[in-house]
Amino acid sequence: MKFLQNKTLALLLASALFSVWQWPLSAQELGDHRYTSAAIQAGLGIYSRECALCHGPQGDLVGGIDLRLGQFRNVQSDDDLRDTITSGAAAGQMPAFDFDEEELAAIVAYIRAGFDPDGVAVRIGNAERGKALFEGRGNCDSCHRVNGVGPRTAPDLSDIGVRRTPANLQLNLIDSAAALLPINRPVRLVTLNEEVITGRRLNEDTYSVQLIDSNGELRSILKENLVSFTISEVPSKPATDLDADEVADVLAYLLDLRGVES
Amino acid sequence: MTMRNQIQCFLVLTMLTVSGLHAQVSYERILSADSEPQNWLTYNGGYMSQRYSLLDQIDASNVDDLELQWMLQNQVFGAWQSNPIVVDGIMYLTERPNSVMAIDAITGRVFWKYTYTPADNARVCCGANNRGVAILGNRVYMGTLDARLIAIDRINGQPLWNVAVGDVNRAYSVTMAPLAVKDKILVGVGGGEFGIRGYVAAYDAETGEEVWKTYTIPAPGEPGHDTWEGDDWMYGGAPVWITGSFDEEQNLTFWGVGNPGPDWNPSQRPGDNLYSDSVIALDADTGELEWYFQFTPNDGYDYDAVQVPVLADIEWNGRAIKAMMWANRNGFFYVLDRTTGECLLGKNYVRVNWASGLDADCRPIQTPQPEGAPTYPGNQGGTNWYPPSFSPRTGLFYFAAWEDYGSIYRPESSEYMPGRAFLGGGFDVVAPAPDAPTIGIGRTSPINNWTNEVGHASIKAMDPETGEEVWEYEQFDVSDSGMLTTATDLLFTGGREGHFHALDARTGEMLWRTSLGGQIVMAPVTYAVAGVQYISVISGHAMATFALRRD
Repeated sequence: MKFLQNKTLALLLASALFSVWQWPLSAQELGDHRYTSAAIQAGLGIYSRECALCHGPQGDLVGGIDLRLGQFRNVQSDDDLRDTITSGAAAGQMPAFDFDEEELAAIVAYIRAGFDPDGVAVRIGNAERGKALFEGRGNCDSCHRVNGVGPRTAPDLSDIGVRRTPANLQLNLIDSAAALLPINRPVRLVTLNEEVITGRRLNEDTYSVQLIDSNGELRSILKENLVSFTISEVPSKPATDLDADEVADVLAYLLDLRGVES
Repeated sequence: MTMRNQIQCFLVLTMLTVSGLHAQVSYERILSADSEPQNWLTYNGGYMSQRYSLLDQIDASNVDDLELQWMLQNQVFGAWQSNPIVVDGIMYLTERPNSVMAIDAITGRVFWKYTYTPADNARVCCGANNRGVAILGNRVYMGTLDARLIAIDRINGQPLWNVAVGDVNRAYSVTMAPLAVKDKILVGVGGGEFGIRGYVAAYDAETGEEVWKTYTIPAPGEPGHDTWEGDDWMYGGAPVWITGSFDEEQNLTFWGVGNPGPDWNPSQRPGDNLYSDSVIALDADTGELEWYFQFTPNDGYDYDAVQVPVLADIEWNGRAIKAMMWANRNGFFYVLDRTTGECLLGKNYVRVNWASGLDADCRPIQTPQPEGAPTYPGNQGGTNWYPPSFSPRTGLFYFAAWEDYGSIYRPESSEYMPGRAFLGGGFDVVAPAPDAPTIGIGRTSPINNWTNEVGHASIKAMDPETGEEVWEYEQFDVSDSGMLTTATDLLFTGGREGHFHALDARTGEMLWRTSLGGQIVMAPVTYAVAGVQYISVISGHAMATFALRRD
C-alpha cells in the first residue's frame, strides 16, 4: 500500500507552481544571483576549456576548494568570484583570466549552479529573507532542524549547503517528491501489538528497519514483529506554496547552511 | 490510597518509565551509573572506573550457552581500540580515524554514522586510534586526531560544534574518550613522541568554550618547575591520552600522565620532569592541581603512567581507605590513598631491573642497566593503557601484564623541532636469536613467529592489601585487552591472539572461550536491553556481541 493519493496531490501542486514560476529568459535581464540555463550551459564549455585542468572536472582538485559545492578560500559573493577569476589568486598559482562580461557571467553561473550539466536555471535570492521564510510562512522548521534547533523528524539541514548543489536544493523546494532521496521516504509501521509507528527511515535490511519516529526517537524494528510496513513515495509534507522569489530566498538561506566550523 | 490515586500513581510511574527509556543522560545519571547496570555510561563504565557490572544473568553455570547475536564489521583497517557507550538500547561506537556510529544494541544495525576527516597533517605515534566518546545530555563528544573536540547530536548524528583542543601543527592529538563531569567535557592531549607540552582541558558541554586548562608540566614560577632545566619544560611531553576518573565526594578528577620527551634520553632533560609519569588530581570545576604522585622520575624507558586510575572504597589491612589502584607500565603495582596521593603500597608484578625497588615513599631506586644490556620491563611496559577492572565482590584488581619482555635502549641526543618526532634515540626488543621477529605495537600477522620467548601475557588478579597476585592466567602472546568483571564473578578479557575468554574471577579458571580471530585491543563491555544481558567485544575489525542462547 503506497501513498499514491499523496503523490498525485503533490504533482498537482508542483505543476501549479510551475505555472506561476517566472523562468528567467536571458542574462541581460538579470541581476546578481540569477543564472539562466543558457549561461550555465555556456559556462560548462568555458569551464572545461579554461578551468578544469587545475580545478578538475568536479571542481574539487585544489585543496580546500570545492567549486561545485561552493567551498572557497576567500570568495563569498559573485563579485568576489569574478575578481578572483580576473585577478588571479594564491600568489600567481592561479593566473588572471581575460574574459569578457558574458563569459564571466557564464562561468559564475556554471559554478553557482553546482556544475549541473542539464543547466537548470537557478535563482538565489536573499538569505536573510530566506531565513525568515524558513522559520515563518514556509513552515520548514516544523520538521527540519538547523544548528541544534527544531525537530529531528526530517533531515537536519545544518550543513545542507555543502551537501547538495543549488539546483538540487531548488528542485527539493519546488518538486520535493521528485527530489526525495529513497532512504528518506516516510515510513509507517504497524506492529503485532498494534503500535503504529511513523517516521523517517535511517537504515534497512532484509530483517529489520531503523528509523527516527515521529517523537524524534531512534527505533530499530524487526520486520517479523510487523503487521504492515508502508513506504511513501512523497514527503510527509507537500511541495512548498512559496512563490518563485521566495523560493530563491529560501535557497539562498539553505546555501548559507554550511555546518559547524572547524 | 484511593483507587483514583492509585490510578494516577500508576500513570505517573508509567510515564516515568516511558520517558525514562530515552531520557537524556544527565550528570546525575552518570554519577549513579550503578543504579542502571543495563547501561554503560562512560568509557570505564562509571566514574570510579571499575569496569565492574552488576548484571548477573550470565554466570558460571550458563556461560557455556553464550551465543553470537550479531557482528559489526569495521570499514577501515587498523587496530580498533574503541570502547562503546551504551544507553537505553543504543550503542555509540567510534571507528578510526574519527567516525561515530549509533547502533541498535540488539541487532547491531546502524542508525547513523558521523564521519569527521582529520587534517592531513595530523600526527600520532602509534596508529590513528580513537578510544570512544563521552555522552552527556543529548550529545556525544569525540576527540580527534587533529586535536579537536566535536559535540554531536546523539539522535541524528549531526555535529553541533567543533573546537580546537590543541595545535595540530605541533602534533597535538586526542585519542582518548572524553570524560563528561557535571556540565563540562574533560579531555587530554596526546603527542608525547613529538615534544608537546601536555595538558587536561575542560570545555563547556553546551558551547564548547574552554573553561579550564591545566598543563602537566609546570611553567616557570609554578611548583615543580624546578624539576626541569632550561627550556626542556616547553617540549617535555607528559601527554594525557587515557580517560581519567572522578570522585564526586572530593570533587577531584584523576589523570594518568605520559612519558617525558625525548622518550629515551633522560640525560638530555635532567630532573624529575614533573608531572610526567605521574597521576594528577585536578579539581573538577577549576582544574587546580590538588596532589600528584610520580611513579617514574626522569623516565628513560617510555613508562607512560597512562593507565586508568581505578578507584574503590575498601577495607585495607584493617582500615577503611579511599583507594586508587594502579598497575603501572613501569612494572610496579601501587595502592594510593586518593585523598592525599600518599602511596600505601608498591610492589613489582613482573621482572623489573630498571629499579632495585621502591623506598618508603614509593620512589623507585633506579638502577640503569649498562649500555647494550636489557631493561625489564621493555618499552611497551609491564602493562600499558589497557583498562583494568576491580571487583568489589572479590576485592581483586585485574589487568593484563606482559611477562619476560625486555628492551635494549639506545639513547641519543635529539633536537626539538615543532611537529616532528622527538624521541632521543631508540630501542630494540630483546629476542633470543639475532634478527628474530619481535613484538611491536599491535599484531599484524596471524602467525606468532616471535613466540612467548619474546614476551607473553599474564592476566593477573592482584590483592590490593598485599600487592601479591592471587592467580594468573597465562597466554602465549601478549595482550592489549582490558578487563570486565560482573556480579557473578566472571572476568571477560581477550588478547592479541583473538581468543575471547570468560574466567572465574575468584580462581582464574577458564570457564568459556571462543576464537574470534583478530586482536582484541579494547575492553569488553556488558549491557542489557529488554531483560537480556549482552557482552560486546571488538576483535580485529569486527565487534561481536553475545547473549545466552534462547530456546
